[in-house]
Amino acid sequence: MAAIFQGVGAAAALSSTPSNSFNSKKLLFSPRRSFSVRKGASVVVVRSDGNVNLDLNPRGRRAQQLIANAVATKADSSAASSSSKPGHELLLFEALREGLEEEMERDPCVCVMGEDVGHYGGSYKVTKGLATKFGDLRVLDTPIAENSFTGMGIGAAMTGLRPVVEGMNMGFLLLAFNQISNNCGMLHYTSGGQFTIPIVIRGPGGVGRQLGAEHSQRLESYFQSIPGIQMVACSTPYNAKGLMKAAIRSENPVILFEHVLLYNLKERIPDEDYICNLEEAEMVRPGEHVTILTYSRMRYHVMQAAKTLVNKGYDPEVIDIRSLKPFDLYTIGNSVKKTHRVLIVEECMRTGGIGASLTAAINENFLDYLDAPIMCLSSQDVPTPYAGTLEEWTVVQPAQIVTAVEQLCQ
Amino acid sequence: MVTLQTMDTIFYEAQRQGRISFYVTTIGEEAINIASAAAVTSDDFVFPQYREPGVLIWRGFTPQEFASQCFGNRADYGKGRQMPIHYGSNKHKYFTVSSTIATQIPQAVGAAYSLKMDKKDACVVTYFGDGGTSEGDFHAGLNFAAVTEAPVIFICRNNGWAISTPTSDQFRSDGIAVRGQAYGVRSIRVDGNDALAMYSAVHTARKMAVNEHRPILIEAVTYRVGHHSTSDDSTKYRPADEIEWWRMARDPVTRFRKWIESNGWWSGEAETQLRSSIRSQLLLAIQMAEKVEKPPVKELFTDVYDDLPSNLREQEKLLRETISRHPQDYPADVPH
Repeated sequence: MAAIFQGVGAAAALSSTPSNSFNSKKLLFSPRRSFSVRKGASVVVVRSDGNVNLDLNPRGRRAQQLIANAVATKADSSAASSSSKPGHELLLFEALREGLEEEMERDPCVCVMGEDVGHYGGSYKVTKGLATKFGDLRVLDTPIAENSFTGMGIGAAMTGLRPVVEGMNMGFLLLAFNQISNNCGMLHYTSGGQFTIPIVIRGPGGVGRQLGAEHSQRLESYFQSIPGIQMVACSTPYNAKGLMKAAIRSENPVILFEHVLLYNLKERIPDEDYICNLEEAEMVRPGEHVTILTYSRMRYHVMQAAKTLVNKGYDPEVIDIRSLKPFDLYTIGNSVKKTHRVLIVEECMRTGGIGASLTAAINENFLDYLDAPIMCLSSQDVPTPYAGTLEEWTVVQPAQIVTAVEQLCQ
Repeated sequence: MVTLQTMDTIFYEAQRQGRISFYVTTIGEEAINIASAAAVTSDDFVFPQYREPGVLIWRGFTPQEFASQCFGNRADYGKGRQMPIHYGSNKHKYFTVSSTIATQIPQAVGAAYSLKMDKKDACVVTYFGDGGTSEGDFHAGLNFAAVTEAPVIFICRNNGWAISTPTSDQFRSDGIAVRGQAYGVRSIRVDGNDALAMYSAVHTARKMAVNEHRPILIEAVTYRVGHHSTSDDSTKYRPADEIEWWRMARDPVTRFRKWIESNGWWSGEAETQLRSSIRSQLLLAIQMAEKVEKPPVKELFTDVYDDLPSNLREQEKLLRETISRHPQDYPADVPH
């Protein structure tokens, strides 16, 4: 079943690099794809190889800091990992593809549909090579009509197939809202359990690098109310593959949220077959002082901030909630009971986001364990601007996370 | 067709009497329902809109099963979760009616795609009205079916009205058949009130769909004699004599009856017998369905997912606590 990662503390990771963990030193000088680098204001550059450069000095002096555990590594104390094969390295989009490919091999009912998923391989190359391997019928290129190919996926699912529907960008699935809400989520219920819809709807979302407002949507906040669906967000190659496989095997409709900026993260993952539990949160870094709940790309901003916080003497516990619907209140609750302070860091907008629901859920269930009101850092309620500097400031930055923790722990 | 007509009359009356909350009649479109159902096999999937219970009748759905769904009682396959007339039965391959218009069209294409992948000797039939063809799903669905060469039969019941909107306000194209052609789908326009013509068209369409792997569009021209539903009074937007003319002079059931009578296969006595027999069956079905208890409270929470998640279990607990504290505020015929 799911392996919960124990993120090793930043200081420890630097001093002792476990043999089977991600060796960041090797990749330091060979970036695959660097994102834009800006001088001036405090900039975070999350490099595709998982390294993070933190520019603390506005005048451009850069402090190279290696965050080996920004990408979750396997606990070197786990006996299973040391006795198993060392695994293989790949990028997050390759991990998604591997998961998809393995499930397609395992079950002939699994098929893919979406725009340009066939020979083009998908806009982020998640389905590359699958059409050649499985044929055009199993990896179907659809015309541009999201509501309709989602509906098509639902119809196929009700008759025995297990479709994986790709939204080229999650924002386009707003056009599929009718099918997702009124049919995907409902038909199992309204048919009295007669028809199941084991569909997976996946795609990249979130704020990228100057993709414009329409391509920077956070659909998880719009979909979270729909009864009958499950939502998960992947953040590492390990959990991307695991969640993809679990979602395909699930009998319920699952929406898998990927992030545009995380596709090139590299990690070493096991060779053997594994899945990640769809309803479980991931412990990234255990701690004592404060619980920081986050998911997807913000996990990396949080781990960035965690480095700073550790240097300042704080001990944050970082949990990647992964399961957006339903929340893993068991893991979250245990953490709250331990630390008594909660900070939520999300990319959704303040109003009606995942953070808003999570705040309510924690308040409802764990109020007695809180020493301070829950803080939630979210994007502002604005469409994402195109200008790079403006866009950056709509997304929560590590500096804000550090300040928030300091405030919370006063 | 007689069963459908009788069922419509009785259930409509039942709604007027307050025994069921809602009903939709198929008056005037009996030939489309029954003839198309007869022309396809029981292996073929049906994705209905909501005015096609005749297809279920043909496939063997009993008066009891219809009544159970309308009363939403414990015997309802939908477990009381949907409005009346939103029938669904996986054993009859009749996909649960969803109130949303035209959403079944792309789903039908998906199902046909699934049949094609499994290389089954079957096709999918989907129905919608003239109004449904304005929805985006219709256009994309037809397009997809053409591109994916899916074995689907699209049957448009062009009955002249979308609630109060006449077709002259719905589209300006030459009916629906031309739209199919525009998408590369072979299309045909049929007199929907001619049972034999409908049968012949659908029968041929099925052969083409299954053997040649192609979609077919059939525009069945008819008239919606009844109101849109029990929430509608169509005399408000159309002349009563127009309705009467279609009901009397153009009734598809009468037309078919005259034909079989002229061939000596039917008689006035047979008609009377059939009608009274069906009538009593249906009345009995209603009486019995009324008395059956409703689905238990737990069915409010099941089937949202495959298993009951913790939040729903909690919510069920809360509801049960409230019910036990205020039993007088909860209906007596819902078991706990």
